[in-house]
Amino acid sequence: MQHFISPVLWQFLIHWLTNFAIFPPEASSIAPYADALYFFLIFISVVGLAAVAALVVTFSIRYRQELSPVATQIEGSTLLEATWTIIPLILFMICFVWGALLYFRIYSPPPNAMNIYVVGKQWMWKVEHPGGQHEINSLHIPINRPIQVTLISQDVFHSFSIPAFRVKREVIPGRYNTEWFEATTPGTYHLFCTQYCGTLHSQMIGEVVAMTPEDYQAWEARSISGTSLAQNGERLFASLGCNTCHNASPNAHGPNLAHVYGSHLQLKNGEFVTVDDAFLRDTILNPTMHEIAGYAPIMPTYQGQVSEEGMIDLVEYIKGLDSQYRITQTIENSDAQPVQTGTAPGGTSAPALAPGTVKP
Amino acid sequence: MSTIVSLPDQSTAQLPRVSYLNKEYGLKSWLLTGDHKRIAMLYLISITFFFFIGGAMAALIRMELLTPPSDLLAADTYNKVFTAHGIIMVFFFLVPSVPATIGNFLIPIMVGAKDLAFPKINLLSWYLYIAAGIMMISCLAFGGVDTGWTFTTPLSTHYLNTHVVTAGLAVFVAGFSSIFTGLNFIVTIHRMRAPGMTWFRLPLFVWSHYAASILMVLGTPVLAITLVLVVLERTIGIGVFDPSKGGDPLLFQHLFWFYSHPAVYIMILPGMGVISEVISNFSRKRVFGYTAVAFSSVAIAVFGFFVWAHHMFVMGISNYSALVFSLLTMLVAVPSAIKIFNWSATLYKGSITFETPMLYAFGFLGLFTIGGLTGVFLGSLGMDIHLTETYFIVAHFHFVMVGGMLMAYLAGVHFWWPKMTGRMYPEGVSKLAAVITFVGFVLTFFPQFILGYLGMPRRYAAYPPEFQVLNVFSSAGASVLGVGYLLPLLYLTWSLKYGKIAGPNPWQGTGLEWQIQSPPLTENFVETPIVTHEAYDYEWLESRKGSEVPSLN
Repeated sequence: MQHFISPVLWQFLIHWLTNFAIFPPEASSIAPYADALYFFLIFISVVGLAAVAALVVTFSIRYRQELSPVATQIEGSTLLEATWTIIPLILFMICFVWGALLYFRIYSPPPNAMNIYVVGKQWMWKVEHPGGQHEINSLHIPINRPIQVTLISQDVFHSFSIPAFRVKREVIPGRYNTEWFEATTPGTYHLFCTQYCGTLHSQMIGEVVAMTPEDYQAWEARSISGTSLAQNGERLFASLGCNTCHNASPNAHGPNLAHVYGSHLQLKNGEFVTVDDAFLRDTILNPTMHEIAGYAPIMPTYQGQVSEEGMIDLVEYIKGLDSQYRITQTIENSDAQPVQTGTAPGGTSAPALAPGTVKP
Repeated sequence: MSTIVSLPDQSTAQLPRVSYLNKEYGLKSWLLTGDHKRIAMLYLISITFFFFIGGAMAALIRMELLTPPSDLLAADTYNKVFTAHGIIMVFFFLVPSVPATIGNFLIPIMVGAKDLAFPKINLLSWYLYIAAGIMMISCLAFGGVDTGWTFTTPLSTHYLNTHVVTAGLAVFVAGFSSIFTGLNFIVTIHRMRAPGMTWFRLPLFVWSHYAASILMVLGTPVLAITLVLVVLERTIGIGVFDPSKGGDPLLFQHLFWFYSHPAVYIMILPGMGVISEVISNFSRKRVFGYTAVAFSSVAIAVFGFFVWAHHMFVMGISNYSALVFSLLTMLVAVPSAIKIFNWSATLYKGSITFETPMLYAFGFLGLFTIGGLTGVFLGSLGMDIHLTETYFIVAHFHFVMVGGMLMAYLAGVHFWWPKMTGRMYPEGVSKLAAVITFVGFVLTFFPQFILGYLGMPRRYAAYPPEFQVLNVFSSAGASVLGVGYLLPLLYLTWSLKYGKIAGPNPWQGTGLEWQIQSPPLTENFVETPIVTHEAYDYEWLESRKGSEVPSLN
C-alpha cells in the first residue's frame, strides 16, 4: 500500500480508523431507553425524507417539460391535505409522548439514590462526596447503584453532561438542580461542560469513572481527605453562630432544625413548603424569602459569607440532624471550642451519617 | 434540457431607457432615496458584505476544528470568532436577508403599489442597519466579544471584559431596523393593495412576509428590552438577572428565547415564500392548496410565540411546563410538514423545468425536510436532554437556516435577478454552483449530527481525539461550500455588465412583478394595475401573451 499512498497519509488513516467513534457507549440504565427513541426518530425521519424525495424525484421525471408540455391546473385536495396533516401529527404525537416518558424517567430520581454534590466553576468541576472525598474534574461512582448529583454553579451557567449515560443538566448559580443516573458498565467516560461558560469552556471536561462496588469501596476508603461534609457543616454551623437561635430550646428565636429536612413547614402566608436542599440554601442566604409561621423574620442573611462548598456542608449537616441530642452536642462542642481549630468533633459525635443516603 | 426562458432577441434587445437604476445618478441619489427598489439594492450589498465576514469566521472555525487541540486559534480567540459568526449571521444576514432585499424589492410590486407605505422609514431602517453594522465591526476591530450570540447571563454581565455593551447595542439597533421593515410590510399589505388584489389573490410570498412581519414587530422589542437589561446590569448593576441581588438568571433565558425562537421563523418564513413562487413558476402550476400554504404561514407565526422554553428543557424548568412546551413544539412542526407536502404536490401534473432557482428550491426541500425532522428529535423531551448543547443542535439549525434559508435566498436572488438588474445570470455556471452548494452543505453538516449524538459539545475550541474524523469531513465540506458561495458572487457581479438582456418576463411568471419592465420604473407601474385573476394563474398569462408591457420607452 505504501507505494500508492504517502506514508504520512497512511499513518493518519490507520490512526483515524482505529480511533473513530460513530456511536457513543451505552453505559447507564437510561441509555438503552434513549437509544430506542433515537432509532425510532431516525426511522420516521428516513420514512419522511424518503416520502418527500420519492414525490419530488418521481414528479420531476414524470412531469418534466419534455413529457408533459402543458401543466394541468389543480386547485388542491382537502382529502390529501388532511392526510398529510394528520399522519405527521400522529407521528409527532408519538414522539411527544415517548419523549415525555423518557424525560420523566431521566429527571425523576429514585428515592434510594446516593447523593453526590457537584460545584461548577470556571473552568472545573468540584465533586464533594458526603464521606469527605473531594475530586476535581473526575467523578468516581459505583455501578448498579442510582446516583443523584446535586448541581450548583458558583459563577456562570455550566452544564453537566455525560454522553455515555445520555444525561445532562444545566448547572446554574443560585439554585440546586439535580440529575441522576445508574451506571451499568465499568469504565471511564467523558464528562463535558456543554453550556458555553467563557474562555476555557472546552477545557472544563473531566471523566466519570464507573467502578464495580468492590473497587468503589476501595477507592472510597483510600480517598478520604479530612472530614465528612456533615462534620464540616457542623463546625460551620457553630462558627457562624447558627446555634444562638437554632438551639432547640423552648424559647429559641429560630425553628428547631432536628428532623426539619423533608418535613412540611407552614409559611406566614399559609402555604406549606417541603424542606429540601434548595429550601435550606435559600433560607440561609435569603431568610426573608420564606417567612416561617410563628417566627419573627430576624435572621440575618449569610449571602457572601458562605462558599458554595460551605453551603453544601451546612445542608448536609442539617439533613442529618435527626435528633435533639445531635444539636445539643453541636452546641456543647462549640461552647467548648468557640474558635474552630479544625479538629473534628470526632469519634464522640453522634452516629456517623450513612454516607450518601438521601432521605426520600 | 428544455427550458421556459423566453429572452428577447439578443441582437436587438435593449434595456429600458428609463428605470429605477438610471432615473437619477450619483451617490447622493442612492443614499437619500425613498425608492424601495434602491433601498433593497443597498440592503443587498450590505448583507452580502456581512455574509462574507460571517463566512470568513465560519472558515476560521472549521480550520481550527480540523485538529483536536486548540492550535490554530487560542481558546479565547476561537470564542470571539464563533460569537462574531453567530451574531453577524443571525442579526446581520439571516434576519434581513430575504425580507430586506427581495421582500423590499417585491412586496410593493406584488401588491400593485408604487412603494412601501413609509419610504422614509424604510430608508431609516437601512441606516439603522448600517449603524448597527458599524458598531458590530468596530466591536470586532477593538477586540471582539466572546459571549456567544446568545449573550447568556451571568457570563455576559459579570464575567467577561470584552465589548459586550457594544455588541449588545449593535444588536439592539439592528433590531429596530427589523421592526421598521416589518411595520412597513404590514401597513403596505393591509392598505396599499391594488384594486382587485384581494387577500386570497396575493402571492404566497406576500403571505409569508406578512406572517414574518408580525413576528418582527411583536418579538423584536422583547429582545431589545432584554439587551438593554444586560447592558444596564453590566454598567450600573441593576441585578435583574443576578441571583446574588435576588434576580433570576433563568429570566434572561425566557426573555431571550421569547424573541429568538420566533426569530428563526422570521428567518425561514420569507424563504418559504420564495420557494412557493419558484416551485410554482418552474412547474407552470398554481401552488397546490394555496389556502393551506397561506394559513400555515400564519399558524407558524402564531404557534412560534409559544414554544420558546424548548430551549430550556435541561435548565430546570418544571417538568410539567416542559410537557406543554414540547407539545406545542410538535404542533408547530405540522404546518411546516404541510408546506413541504404541498410543494411536492405542486409538481404533480406540472410541466417542470430545471433552471437554477428550481435546483436551489429542490435543495431547500431536501435539506429543510431533514432540518425539520431533526427538530422533532429536539422537541421530544427525553431525547433533547442528550442532544441539546451538542453538535446535533448545531447541525439541526444549520440545516434549517443554511440548508433551508440560504438555499431559498439564493433561489430568490437568481429568480428575481433579471427583474432587479434587467440582465440574466449565466445559467451553466450557476447550476454548477447550486450543485456544489448542496454537496458541500451535506458534507459539512451531516457529520455533525453523528458528532452530536456522540456527545461533542458545541462551542468547543478543543475536543477529544475520537471526534476528529467527522470533524475533518465537516471542514472538508465547508471548503466546498465556500466555493459554492463565492461563485454566485463572481458571476452575478459579472452579469451586471455582460449578462444577457432579460426582457420583462424571462420566466413567463404570473406575478405582477413580471408584467412590468425589467428593471422596473421608479413608480413600478405606468398605471395602477387592476387585478382580475388569482395568483399563479398561468392560463390568464397565456391569454394575454403578445400584449405589450407598458413602459416609458
